[in-house]
Amino acid sequence: MDIKVNVREAPGDCYVVDLSGEIDVYTSPKVKDAIGDLIDRGVYYLVINLEKVRYIDSTGLGVLIGGLKRVREHGGSVNLVCTNPQIKKIFDITGLVKIFGIFESEDAAMKVA
Amino acid sequence: MTQSVEHSNLELVELRIPARPEWVALARLAAATVANRIHFSLEDIEDVKIAVAEACAAVIQHDAHGEFIDLTCEALEDALRVRVRDSGRHGIPAAGGVVNFEEARTAGLGIFVIRSLMDEVTYDVDARSGTDLTMVKRLQTPSDV
Repeated sequence: MDIKVNVREAPGDCYVVDLSGEIDVYTSPKVKDAIGDLIDRGVYYLVINLEKVRYIDSTGLGVLIGGLKRVREHGGSVNLVCTNPQIKKIFDITGLVKIFGIFESEDAAMKVA
Repeated sequence: MTQSVEHSNLELVELRIPARPEWVALARLAAATVANRIHFSLEDIEDVKIAVAEACAAVIQHDAHGEFIDLTCEALEDALRVRVRDSGRHGIPAAGGVVNFEEARTAGLGIFVIRSLMDEVTYDVDARSGTDLTMVKRLQTPSDV
């Protein structure tokens, strides 16, 4: 059980955070640190790619919500890339589909970042 | 001489893990294994895994949790019953409560997720006696789908 985090620069002022593995109460601090570091550096447009995430719980959602709150204070955005039905289901039942932009591809997520 | 070890339909798994984040995956795996034994669908097994993880996370995020989490998974004829309790609460003061607002909101989200994914949920969170959460997920029959 682990999470891999890869951060890369994208066109414009946008950064992509690739996550791979499971985001739970054990691994979410690592994700929180990666997102927090970007925001501390002044990056307010984020695309978080969840394509290789097999599992996410409410602590992971809490990290994403925290990141979104911070970037919105600067007029930024957090868009998610997610096609896994199990992951999308968690966003559906918590109503977070209305808060985040959730896209089928990275290109689509970056177009509105 | 051949002797079957499966004398009863009842399948009961009890697991005690340290109340720390790195052990929650083991609790998820245990519950998923029992759910698989009674032929839950893959989607329902995922629901059970998330619900168990949320219950464990709720314990761990409580500022006055015990040393251990006790997980009991009981395979019933047509359902899975899971109980999550914290234990080892020696010398914990009565005045508990969650440390900060952000954690409280996340913990509330966890209970909401559990209620959404499981068919029956009862829980009691008390600073002195700890967390005691029981949840049931019923086996879907073909006519339910």
